[in-house]
Amino acid sequence: MSVSTPKTAYLRGLRHGAPFLVILLPFSMLFGVVAIEANLTIAQAMGFSLLVIAGAAQFAAVQLMTENAPMLVIVATALAVNMRMAMYSASLTPHIGKAPLGARAAISYFLVDQGYALSIMEYEKHPNETTANKVAYYFGTISLMCPLWYVFTLVGALIGARIPEEFALDFAVPIAFLAMTAPMLRTRAHITAAVTAVVLAILFAWVPYNGGLLIASISAMCVDACVETRTEQPS
Amino acid sequence: MTYTTAQIWVIIILMGVGSFLVRFSFLGLIGDKELPAWILRVLRYTPVAVLPALVAPLVMWPTATDGTPDPARLLAAVATFSAGYLSKNVFVAIFCGATTLYTMLYLFG
Repeated sequence: MSVSTPKTAYLRGLRHGAPFLVILLPFSMLFGVVAIEANLTIAQAMGFSLLVIAGAAQFAAVQLMTENAPMLVIVATALAVNMRMAMYSASLTPHIGKAPLGARAAISYFLVDQGYALSIMEYEKHPNETTANKVAYYFGTISLMCPLWYVFTLVGALIGARIPEEFALDFAVPIAFLAMTAPMLRTRAHITAAVTAVVLAILFAWVPYNGGLLIASISAMCVDACVETRTEQPS
Repeated sequence: MTYTTAQIWVIIILMGVGSFLVRFSFLGLIGDKELPAWILRVLRYTPVAVLPALVAPLVMWPTATDGTPDPARLLAAVATFSAGYLSKNVFVAIFCGATTLYTMLYLFG
């Protein structure tokens, strides 16, 4: 086996990350379009993609903004959607926790689903690689994804207002969310949680200030944890 | 939308700072510590609880039809979900959902 250097590790990450652009770029563009449709400015759409860099949370926030939800509900929902990244952060720490603080801060800023998924697979396959190589690999995975995430939000924002009504863009966000969630439902606990969330969100849709969303998602989280704990116990 | 420009930027900045802190949590602040299993579970699966709760009312009462349930959109939602669940592929799901929506709108819209 050839010896890796940070440069070859970086290039390997770059190569592994490239195929994800097929999904990422349309998503990013769609975000730009949806943001403009929701009456955000181009600068605000870019602000989201540059500062938050998290598709699901960005879409969730813009959707809630069109519903005039309270600011606290918007921020809390977006952060709840992003909580999974704390888990990513925890699982990367044994591999790159010894990297310089600047590198760890940069990786944190660029911590996205696809970069994490690729890197943790790579680290588990080659646990004895140097920290420098592991860090370089991570940067490789996101080197195309993140900059193009910004660029395509801008493209979407620029063409946004020109998309005719027949394209039914109002339904782009529900379809995007369903498409993101359905593949995640791999266990009985998840399915139970998702069903709970749907039923309660509809039953409590009348609660003002998007209270129904909070009731439904918090209950669903409890159900998820509860079902998973029970199914894990030896019978 | 009824927010002032300043409020919109406050939302964006709070989300940005909050998301960074979530990502930096272990890499930068807590470090390499063993976590109880239930915490990891909650962290990992929040989207499965939050996203369906967010999407359900949008599917039931679409904004484009002023909140009247719409067969085209309902069917598109079912198609998206089923395709995503069976294929485990985001792209396939979006494709099936969009195709269903446009076909239905073309036939009955």
